[in-house]
Amino acid sequence: MSTTSEIREQTAAVMNEPNVSRKQASSWSLWTRQTLAILRLEIRKNFLSRRALLLYLIAASPLGLLSLFALFRMPTDDAGSFSELSIAYAAIYGGLILRTLVFFGCAWVFMNLFRGEVVDRSLHYYFLAPVRREILVVGKYLSGLIATVLLFSITTIGSMLILYFSIYPSESARFFFEGAGAAQMLAYLGVTILACIGYGAVFLLVGLFFRNPIIPALLLYGWEWLNFLLPPLLKKISVIHYLQSLVPVPMSEGPFAVLVEPTPAWISVPSLLLFTGVVLFLASRHIRRMEISYAGD
Amino acid sequence: MIVFEDVSKFYGEILGVNRVNLQIAPGITSLVGPNGSGKTTLMNLMTGLLKPTQGRITVLGTSPDEPETLFQKLGYCSQFDSFPRGATARGFIEFYLRVHGYTKQETAQMTQAALERVSLAEAADRKVSAFSKGMRQRVRLAQSIAHEPSVLVLDEPLNGLDPMARAEIIRLFRELADAGMYLIISSHILHEVDMMSDSVVLLHNGYVVAEGEVHGVRDEIDEHPIQILIRCDRPQVLAARLFEHEHTVEARIHNDRNGLFVKTRRPDEFYLLLNKVITEQNLQVESVAPVDDDLNAVYQYLITSDGGQIR
Repeated sequence: MSTTSEIREQTAAVMNEPNVSRKQASSWSLWTRQTLAILRLEIRKNFLSRRALLLYLIAASPLGLLSLFALFRMPTDDAGSFSELSIAYAAIYGGLILRTLVFFGCAWVFMNLFRGEVVDRSLHYYFLAPVRREILVVGKYLSGLIATVLLFSITTIGSMLILYFSIYPSESARFFFEGAGAAQMLAYLGVTILACIGYGAVFLLVGLFFRNPIIPALLLYGWEWLNFLLPPLLKKISVIHYLQSLVPVPMSEGPFAVLVEPTPAWISVPSLLLFTGVVLFLASRHIRRMEISYAGD
Repeated sequence: MIVFEDVSKFYGEILGVNRVNLQIAPGITSLVGPNGSGKTTLMNLMTGLLKPTQGRITVLGTSPDEPETLFQKLGYCSQFDSFPRGATARGFIEFYLRVHGYTKQETAQMTQAALERVSLAEAADRKVSAFSKGMRQRVRLAQSIAHEPSVLVLDEPLNGLDPMARAEIIRLFRELADAGMYLIISSHILHEVDMMSDSVVLLHNGYVVAEGEVHGVRDEIDEHPIQILIRCDRPQVLAARLFEHEHTVEARIHNDRNGLFVKTRRPDEFYLLLNKVITEQNLQVESVAPVDDDLNAVYQYLITSDGGQIR
């Protein structure tokens, strides 16, 4: 244990020299520094914690399935024409990757950003730091976004490449390097990123409001899946409607679907971003009033 | 000053604290009361972890609703014994200093200074999950003082510490208070409150039943023996030695044979003797903690005697 004089010396040494930077920093530079500090820890948690295993499993599942399909496909199997591959990928992307894997991957990551800390009883450390709660929301949200965008971008690109190159390698090379393949791939990538942005904000908010967020997540999943059956006005109260409008090859939604014109990109993209901003604003407002007792969590 | 103006907190229909009016001056102020009396609620209100149902709190002029300002001058060592998975003591403190906005170099210096203050510098790079309860307590204490706050709020900070560490930490608190800091400490260990506090706030069932300078508590404590549970490997040996102490009223071995209940009228002298016996007999001590029932009896005595202002 230090003596009083040692403590005073240590305090003076620390106070006199460098740690004035916090006081001197402008608000923006302080907020940036704080956001980056939160990002660093949260990214580590998102990628290296035990909770990350499920995310890896979700993101890798289509790559694994398509690789198995490529390995065990008989050369004599009828794969259809090359042009049909884009329809096949649209179905895989729309039905499996976007509506299910990105949805549940985002649910897992973003709902745990705050709920996970409440369960681990460590959220109070953030609440006891001189950081605006809005900065905390932004830092955590960005960390979730980086994790999901990175992993699901690999899923999107990887599954497309495996599907195409495992069946028609030479045609696929031409398609991606000379034809429309690269543009299609970028469009799918853009939709994946927008999905992570939109679903991420929704699930961050859900994780703040519900002690057990699984049930609201499943209800939301049902709403998004049944979107094709909804009347035109209700379709627009969903994330999937705007994402579906942006995919380069539309997925067939079956004979019972209520068909509507896709929303143009210049409306879809800003609408999704605006929606995300509103949801994050609500999350920030909620967290400013949030109490921590951990009782019953 | 730290000011509570007519502060109440209800958890639904359950009372946390009711109509608390307090003005806390620099020095060590202890919040004293049995479990459930409202000590932690009061601390959580002061630090914004809970919002008052009614009333107003200011800490050196700042409302707890402004965390970005409040926690530049306040550190809180809570009772929540949890840490981020895989964190080392140093990494844990450094991370939260970075969230404050300090640079890497500042953070490293401030962390080292805080770890040295609580005598944890040597274990700084070990994982907190491998620490004993007392060491984890010291990590939390280091984290709460690392940014040099003017106000330090400590919820049962001596829990889990061995007698030697308790004495060292109490000395540190005294030094910080002498340097002009506000220390608000909750405790249900009356003789420790007596040793370190400048003033006490006595809580019972969510109400402040008495407040004032600490001297009045001392006489009351002396009237009542306190019971202490010592968890150790050879309680029989310890019991035999402690009975040589004239103020040991009773010693009883725990049913699981791994602990000893001791009643004493002179806790200060008892702890000194305990240290000596532990060293001489090379006992493996897991914990030393007062037993609540007897303390409740003391509180009952205190709150049903004079009431109001402590002498």
